[in-house]
Amino acid sequence: MEILVCVKRVPAPGSRINVTQDGLAVDTSNLGFTTSPHEECAVEEAVRIVEEHGGSVTVLTLGSALSEEQLRYAASVGANKFVLVETDGEHDSDAQQTAEAIRETVISLEASHGIFDLILFGNESADSSGYQVGIRVAVSLDRPMVNGIKNIDVGDTQITAHREVDNGYEVYSLKAPAVFGIKEGINLPRYPTMKGRLASKKAEISTISASASVASQQRVRLHRPEEETVETTILGNDATAAVKIADLLEELDLL
Amino acid sequence: MPGVFVLLEHDRGVFAPACEEALTAARTLGAAINEEVTAIAIGVTGSDLLPLCSAQGVSRVLALNDPLISDYSPELWGQAIAEVHEAKQPSLVMAVGTDKGNEVLAQGSARLNLPFVANCVSLERQEAWVATRLQWGGSLLEDVTVEASSIFASFGHHSVTPERVSLDGQPSIETLELSLDPNLARSLVQDRVKMSEGATLSTASVVVSGGRGVGSAEGFAPLEQLAELLSGKVGCSRAVTNNGWRSHSDQVGQTGTRIAPDLYVACGISGAIQHWVGAMAAKNILAINTDPEANMVTKAQYAVIADLHEVIPALIAEVKLRREGQSKS
Ligand SMILES: Cc1cc2nc3c(=O)[nH]c(=O)nc-3n(C[C@H](O)[C@H](O)[C@H](O)COP(=O)(O)OP(=O)(O)OC[C@H]3O[C@@H](n4cnc5c(N)ncnc54)[C@H](O)[C@@H]3O)c2cc1C
Ligand SMILES: Nc1ncnc2c1ncn2[C@@H]1O[C@H](COP(=O)(O)O)[C@@H](O)[C@H]1O
Repeated sequence: MEILVCVKRVPAPGSRINVTQDGLAVDTSNLGFTTSPHEECAVEEAVRIVEEHGGSVTVLTLGSALSEEQLRYAASVGANKFVLVETDGEHDSDAQQTAEAIRETVISLEASHGIFDLILFGNESADSSGYQVGIRVAVSLDRPMVNGIKNIDVGDTQITAHREVDNGYEVYSLKAPAVFGIKEGINLPRYPTMKGRLASKKAEISTISASASVASQQRVRLHRPEEETVETTILGNDATAAVKIADLLEELDLL
Repeated sequence: MPGVFVLLEHDRGVFAPACEEALTAARTLGAAINEEVTAIAIGVTGSDLLPLCSAQGVSRVLALNDPLISDYSPELWGQAIAEVHEAKQPSLVMAVGTDKGNEVLAQGSARLNLPFVANCVSLERQEAWVATRLQWGGSLLEDVTVEASSIFASFGHHSVTPERVSLDGQPSIETLELSLDPNLARSLVQDRVKMSEGATLSTASVVVSGGRGVGSAEGFAPLEQLAELLSGKVGCSRAVTNNGWRSHSDQVGQTGTRIAPDLYVACGISGAIQHWVGAMAAKNILAINTDPEANMVTKAQYAVIADLHEVIPALIAEVKLRREGQSKS
């Protein structure tokens, strides 16, 4: 199985997300960065499939040169090849631009290495949450795509995938080459080992520049939703608070 | 005479509750831009549609049918929308941003190479389209302008207050027989598996949740006991699922489940923004945390500043005591 996973570098904010003065970006001055959780699981799933069936995992990211950090992380947990589609990093590309740049990269990678049996995306990116880049890439390559996948089973001729719905799941059965949008929970991603960390420092990253296409969506401003400020009632500072909590349960008609 | 198209989400003929939100948003938009609203139903017949139309005031429907559409399929549904778009050239195609609503709009817009703006909370047409949309699972809003004569847009689930309008007279239901590419049937649903009956994390009236402060998988036993006593469900934070203490199906938050219980009991959870967006729809929040400054505490209506390992067992004992008292009297 030759598998491609597309991941995005995103900030990891704590208790609130702050916006820069001009309103155009998340203020990342005190923040670390991470890969979106859905995509971290997609990388793990790809590594597990390759461990079982052979092949290799290529990880692609589109972003500034700093996105190398997320590719090296993928290397530390077992991915094999790395592609950075480099942008100037000044603007977040819109979904159509991102999809177009990924499509072009896939076509050129496949021209030299052969077709990817599977391309994995996250269900949605953590930051812009556009719900579309993976689907646009799949449509432009004329490959089947299902989003929201929480289980993949690679058989001899078919790939079976489960999608969560209320109280259960739907089963899809696709033939390679296929594309999936993965949801967190499909697996529990491993932590990097010391050996993995060392190897990731030496991982070779191929860098190409992103093609320029015109954005149709322009960001005007980021802002926080209005928050109600609440007055917190402290019910106690030790186990005796149980009495007050039980009173509250009665008040709410829950006892 | 372009128009607003609104997708009616359904599961084998059973319309999703989100349709009410979708139709409300579509009516408002249609009135604002002075264009007619047409509901789009894929793979259902006119007779399936009549009850919905009269209950929800839907006066115009286009039913898109094809022998291949025997069930849900992202590609067939997306292609069906793309074909009707080419035939009728609407200004806007919209849906509610459920998993499938967003998926079908992305599939349709991708086929036409038109922009898709996901999870809007407001949408207007000025010189360009102007939208405010949810990012970061709802922790942040983005104002965007979209330059295109026709766009696709979903409305954030639960961000529209549904209003019912009843229909006078008969709806006009037009059926379009498509002939879709059989190749696209490759992503049709093959089977369905039901896992559980009754309340789930997202519908439970009480959720007792634990975070890193619980300390271990075994540490959840008292939380389970409390949840059971209150006929609720157990939830958790991502720190917990990452440690393998509980399954991801219990995770509350941006990449987990969104809940809306009457009471959320958050034990040993700091209240990171990605957790908060999953819990903020709770009517009442009780935080149990050793740190009075924790975000979960300052945002909750009620808090106990203490060790959860002491408070929860004491609470279980108190609840049992009162229950016994009730059954005796
Ligand atoms: C893109 C993205 C998506 C994410 N999605 C989610 C998501 O869906 N859900 C989610 O939960 N997180 C999510 N996270 C992770 C989130 O940022 C936090 O890391 C996580 O919620 C922290 O979990 P926690 O509160 O249990 O742990 P911590 O932040 O470590 O907090 C532990 C809390 O327990 C308290 N405590 C410790 N001991 C005790 C005790 N004995 N008694 C009482 N209190 C005690 C501490 O004071 C502290 O407040 C996401 C992160 C990113 C970047
Ligand atoms: N800049 C990017 N680089 C690589 N993959 C991306 C990028 N942006 C989005 N993706 C992929 O597309 C998925 C859907 O993104 P979105 O449409 O933004 O919700 C993400 O989960 C990623 O797998």
